[in-house]
Amino acid sequence: MIEYDPVIYSRILTALTLGFHVIFATIGVGIPLMIAIAEWMGIRRNDPHYTLMARRWARGFVITVAIGVVTGTAIGLQLTLLWPSFMQAAGHTIGLPMFMETFAFFFEAIFLGIYLYTWDRFKSKWKHFLLVIPIVIGATASAFFITSVNSFMNVPQGFNIVDGVLTDVSPLAAMFNPATPTKIAHVIITCYLTSAFILGAIAAYHIIKGNAHVYHKKALHLTMVSAFVFAIGTALIGDLSGKYLHEYQPEKLAAAEWHFETEAEAPLILGGILTEDNEVKYALEIPYALSILAGGSPDTVVVGLNDFDEEYLPPLWVHYAFDLMVFIGIYLAAVSAIFVFINWTKKWNAFTKPLLWAVVAGGPLSMIAIEAGWFFTEVGRQPWILNGVMTVSEGATTSQHVDILLYVFVVLYAILGVTCVVVLRRMFKTNPVERELEKRGISHTGSRIAK
Amino acid sequence: MDYEIIGITVLWTFLYGYLIVASIDFGAGFFSYYTKITKKNHITHNIIQRYLSPVWEVTNVFLVFFFIGIVGFFPSTAYYYGTALLIPGSVAIILIAIRGSYYAFATYGAKDSNFYSFLYGATGLLIPASLSTVLTISEGGYVSVEDGKVQLLYGELFTSLYSWGVVILAIVSVLFISASFLTYYASRAKDLDALELLRKYALVWAFPAIIMGVVVFFLLGNQNPEHYQNMLDIWWVFAVSFINFAIATYLIWKRKNYGTAFILVMLQYFTAFYGYGISHFPYLLYPYLTIYDGFTNETMAIALIIAFIAGLLLLIPSLYLLMRLFLFDADYVKGKK
Ligand code: HDD
Ligand code: HEM
Ligand code: HEM
Repeated sequence: MIEYDPVIYSRILTALTLGFHVIFATIGVGIPLMIAIAEWMGIRRNDPHYTLMARRWARGFVITVAIGVVTGTAIGLQLTLLWPSFMQAAGHTIGLPMFMETFAFFFEAIFLGIYLYTWDRFKSKWKHFLLVIPIVIGATASAFFITSVNSFMNVPQGFNIVDGVLTDVSPLAAMFNPATPTKIAHVIITCYLTSAFILGAIAAYHIIKGNAHVYHKKALHLTMVSAFVFAIGTALIGDLSGKYLHEYQPEKLAAAEWHFETEAEAPLILGGILTEDNEVKYALEIPYALSILAGGSPDTVVVGLNDFDEEYLPPLWVHYAFDLMVFIGIYLAAVSAIFVFINWTKKWNAFTKPLLWAVVAGGPLSMIAIEAGWFFTEVGRQPWILNGVMTVSEGATTSQHVDILLYVFVVLYAILGVTCVVVLRRMFKTNPVERELEKRGISHTGSRIAK
Repeated sequence: MDYEIIGITVLWTFLYGYLIVASIDFGAGFFSYYTKITKKNHITHNIIQRYLSPVWEVTNVFLVFFFIGIVGFFPSTAYYYGTALLIPGSVAIILIAIRGSYYAFATYGAKDSNFYSFLYGATGLLIPASLSTVLTISEGGYVSVEDGKVQLLYGELFTSLYSWGVVILAIVSVLFISASFLTYYASRAKDLDALELLRKYALVWAFPAIIMGVVVFFLLGNQNPEHYQNMLDIWWVFAVSFINFAIATYLIWKRKNYGTAFILVMLQYFTAFYGYGISHFPYLLYPYLTIYDGFTNETMAIALIIAFIAGLLLLIPSLYLLMRLFLFDADYVKGKK
């Protein structure tokens, strides 16, 4: 038995809750945009298939929102319960965006309630479309605000500590710190990318199962075009995130890349294993790539792990999390690009089994990339909770019983996760698209991009 | 006015907002389950569903607003309450998680199941019970602080009459507030069967609610004499509260003006809640923490207040739209839309 240590258990419990919340949060940020795009297409092209798409996505979305809301409430309370000293410091410095986030939730919640219950209530379809805009803004704003809190944890600024007393607090400087631009942009666009891929995966799966209705093809096309745009954005912003790390958190970048010697023309290492004496084996090396990622040119000098104080280095397994994220990023960009390209040339058929399966795989993979990315940033910040200011063990609760809570929450999330999947499946099984199309009398309309 | 006072007033107001909207929601969950097992749910089902479905998420945000806001305005509460409330807070999280998700599963998911409604009904009573312990703890005597280590004294908490009194008060208040609102909603919907039943519930729970209010008032005398004395000093606030209660109950009894009756119930709780809050002043946690020593720095306070005002400018029109569409739109309430 390991000895009870509230710090360890608090970390695991935080990782568990956030890791679970982020699944639903990501969907919660991204899906409203996809719904908005579909509804807009439906009105613009006067094609009821897209409108139905928006409707069905919204229906599934409610279920995931519900879990997003309750797990979000859980993490919001848990941060105070598990990290009281950290939250005390955070309240003084970065309380503003946290507070503003609740307004974003409020705004989103109100309009979501209205949106769902007013599909047929207005004469003009545009009026109903207008209601989705506040939802998109509210959802994206929540990601914006909460991610700025996380940025602050990586580059705390906007305050001074003189003899242990906090002075010169500037909430705006704290919120808009150097980590904020890349972090927020990367988080938001990956939420969009992931949501597009998950919806695309569902459509692709239906086509594989032989559901031949043009509705699914439209859904797939719409999601893949969006995904392609987001994937390019993700890679570009990911590159900028690398440059940010090089400048402000070089130890995180070095850990991600197992980069030991400070040097120029540094290679990017993919995969591999690390031997006892820190030798990298079986890895794929891309020459100069790390220097380019860090500074945009091969002669950028990248500081190596050997030049940091060992006490303040994160665990080196974050390398795998980073690689996984980047690998999946490339995969998603490639799959969506191939699909869009084939569909665009009109010479070949994009709806072939291998490509469809590749899209299906992209759904879960994108979510894995989100998790990998977060584990990379959060664990890569270790041992700090506020980089350079407060360590994790200083921030943690001193309470007993965190271990029991951990087990209880594991059970809770397991039950919630399973029921969520069961409910969603049942919801769409008992009311398949084909039947709903029949029922609404739009089964045979608008087959413009049908092939 | 001091920023401290603005801060606590804002938070207290949101807590009051939560008290009302959440009570309606929690009570509705309980009534919905209760009518189901007594085979009367065909009467109340529509009323409860039509009101709750569009607003449940909004209810939750009131709570989130409060606990995020209090850390922003009074960071030291994170330290004291955060450490002390680990277990009760987690219990509340679990109950809220179960309630929110299973409500969505039952309402939007395909199947209506007894088990879901049971969870929904039971958590409706347990959540107020668990949340009310925060107010209990704030009275002091349940927390020890030794060398900077905060601990909750479970023994004291579970054996104290006051603490159980508050729990019961919370539960009966939830049922009373909820029933009086639903009575009003049913009257607007002109759903006479539901109205009869809900009116009966409102009357049944009116007296336990007021009696528990009085009982807890006097139990506080033992628990925290200082606070009790402060409450006696502003006894008239509680008298006003009682008058509101009496008129509201009378109107419901006489089958008149259900809307006014509900507003009076809201006023009853408003006066009692603010009376309690003002006499609690300046302590956030007797005797360790006051609003003055737990307050954030001035820059942050100003920033939060500006954000709050900007936020309100955004929210009030949106809330108005929500209410207009779902609460005051007679056709919607009647189920024609
Ligand atoms: C679908 C998800 C996804 C995909 C495909 C990618 N990322 Fe990512 N990445 C994230 C999802 C993510 C994230 C979950 O959103 C993270 C975690 C925390 C954060 O700020 O964003 C993240 C963080 C993150 C960081 C750390 C930023 C920091 O610590 O401040 C870097 C350097 C990159 N990413 C770089 C990339 C590169 C070069 C990619 C190549 C295509 C890439 N990411 C694809
Ligand atoms: C939602 C996506 C996120 C995920 C998946 C995530 C994941 C994690 C993980 C894995 C840890 C544990 C690290 C370790 O102990 O080695 C952690 C710690 C933590 N995270 Fe995050 N995180 C996320 C976002 C955030 C945000 C936005 C905040 C700020 C509001 C935050 C606050 C914290 C805190 C306070 C800790 C505990 C201190 C620590 O261990 O560093 N997290 N998170
Ligand atoms: C970067 C990671 C995060 C993102 C993108 C994110 C996004 C979201 C979104 C979109 C929702 C609304 C639910 C939905 O629409 O599905 C939500 C709920 C919530 N999140 Fe997160 N969140 C993140 C991390 C956190 C953290 C670290 C906290 C804790 C401070 C938090 C607190 C909350 C709360 C309290 C709710 C519930 C709000 C309500 O009642 O509506 N989130 N989050």
